[in-house]
Amino acid sequence: MIDQDSPAKSRPAAGPLPPSLQFNAQGRLRHLLTIEGLSGALITEILDTAESFAGMNAQSVKKVPLLRGKTVMNLFFEASTRTRTTFELAAKRLSADVLNINISTSATVKGESLLDTLRNLQAMYVDMFVVRHADSGAAHFIARHVAPHVSVLNAGDGRHAHPTQALLDMFTIRRHKGDFTRLKVAIVGDILHSRVARSQIHALNLLNTGEVRVIGPKTLLPAYVEDLGVHVFHDIRAGLKDVDVIIMLRLQKERMESGLLPSEHEFFQLWGLTEERLALAAPNCIVMHPGPANRGVEIDSRVADGPQSVILEQVSNGIAVRMAVMSTIMGGSVNQGGSA
Amino acid sequence: MTEPVSTLLDRMAEALRRHLSEQHIKDPALVGIHTGGVWVAEQLHRRLGLNEPLGKLDISFYRDDFSRMGMHPQVRPSSLPFAVDERHILLVDDVLFTGRTIRAAMNELFDYGRPASVMLAVLVERDGRELPVQAQVVGRHLKLRADEQVKLRGPDPLRLDIVKLEPAS
Repeated sequence: MIDQDSPAKSRPAAGPLPPSLQFNAQGRLRHLLTIEGLSGALITEILDTAESFAGMNAQSVKKVPLLRGKTVMNLFFEASTRTRTTFELAAKRLSADVLNINISTSATVKGESLLDTLRNLQAMYVDMFVVRHADSGAAHFIARHVAPHVSVLNAGDGRHAHPTQALLDMFTIRRHKGDFTRLKVAIVGDILHSRVARSQIHALNLLNTGEVRVIGPKTLLPAYVEDLGVHVFHDIRAGLKDVDVIIMLRLQKERMESGLLPSEHEFFQLWGLTEERLALAAPNCIVMHPGPANRGVEIDSRVADGPQSVILEQVSNGIAVRMAVMSTIMGGSVNQGGSA
Repeated sequence: MTEPVSTLLDRMAEALRRHLSEQHIKDPALVGIHTGGVWVAEQLHRRLGLNEPLGKLDISFYRDDFSRMGMHPQVRPSSLPFAVDERHILLVDDVLFTGRTIRAAMNELFDYGRPASVMLAVLVERDGRELPVQAQVVGRHLKLRADEQVKLRGPDPLRLDIVKLEPAS
C-alpha cells in the first residue's frame, strides 16, 4: 500500500522511532505519535484537561470554540469504527471542521503514492491529520513530511503504538482507582501483536504504577517484554491474583491461522476471563477491553457485561481524552505574547 | 495597598445588596471565575447569606488567545450546580482589566443556558478595557502603570499584591 518513498513498510515494529519528533523547538507537544518520550507530568496534564472536557457534558451546548476555523482530517488506511467516531466527535466538540477519508477505497488504490495523497490533502489547508495505518511507523513517516504548521496524531500504527487509547485507559483507571503507585495492573492476551498493550505499558510506567503484569502464552509475548519493566506470567490464575485492574486484549483471529495458537475454544479455556478467574483479583478490580471484544474467546459475556466491567466507560472517556490531546497539540502555535 | 481585602469585600457586599434590591432580584446565582474570582465569590456568598451552592467557571476553553498561548496547563472543570435558564447570574472575578476574561465567561455561561440577566462584581478594577465590559459592583479602582499587574493571593487570607511585569522577551 505504501509507495517506494516510504520507509514504513520496511521498518519493523522494533525499530526505535524518534520520539523527539513529537516536540517543537520550544518543547511543546506538536504531534502525538507514541507515549515514549512523554513525561509523567505531561500525561497527568492531558488527563486533567480531559477531566474538564468530560465535565462539558453538563452544558446544553456541548461544544467549545477552541479549534474553530481549524480543519481535522481523519486519515484511515485501516478500518475502525470506535476510534474514528470518537476522534470525529472530539474534533466536532472542539468546533473544528472534520473530514473522514477512507484510504483503502480511495486514491492509493488507484496507484497514487502516500506522499502524493498527503500533499494533495495538505493543499486543502488541513491543520491536523489523524492517522490509522496497518504499518508500524506510518504516522512518523507522515509527521516527517507534513508542512510545519500541520500536526499528526497517531490513531494506531501496525504493532507499534496507539497512544490515545493508552491515555483514555489511564484516564479510566485514574477515575476509578486514583493513585497509580499502589496499583497492580494485569494486561492479558496477545501482547505481541498489540500496539495498545505497548502504549499502555509505557504510560503505566511513566505514571509510576506499582506493578504491571503481562499474562499470556509464550508465543504471544514479545521476546524482550521483561525489558519494559513488567512481570510475566504464563498462568492466568497466578497472574490475576490480587490485581486492581485487568486489561483484556483483543485476540486477532488471523493469528490462529499462522499457527501461533490452538483453537478459539482452547484459547478461552487457557486465557479467557471468566467470573471464576475474576474472583481471584482484588474485590473492586475493574475489567477493561479496548474493543471490539470477542465474546467467548478472550472474555466471557457475563464478565464483559458484569458490574466490574468499565468497557463502555472507556468508549465515552475516549471523546474527552481525544479532545484534550487535540487541544494540547493545536494550541499556542504562534509566538507567545503577553495578555491579561 | 492600604485597605485590607476584607474591607473591600464588606463594601462590595453592601453595594450588592443595594443593587439587587434596586433591580428587584431576590435570588441571584453566584458564579466565580477560577481561581481568584472563586475566592471572592466564596466571601460574597457568605456575606450575602446565600444558601444555593456557588457556580465555578474555568474559562480556559473559551479564551481568545488559545491559538497564541495554547492550553492553560491547569484547567479545572467548570461546575454550575443549578440551571442557568431564566436565572439572574452574578459573575464574580478578582480583577477587571481588558474585559476579555468576562467575554469568555459569558460565552461559556450561554452554552449552559439563557440567563434572565448577567451582572458583574469585581474586587479590583483598573483602566485598560479592550471590550465594552462594565462591572456593576467594584471593590476598588486602582491606577496602575502599564508594567504593573495586580494579583490576588489566597485563599486564606486574601491579599492583593502589585507586581512588576518582566519586560517581554
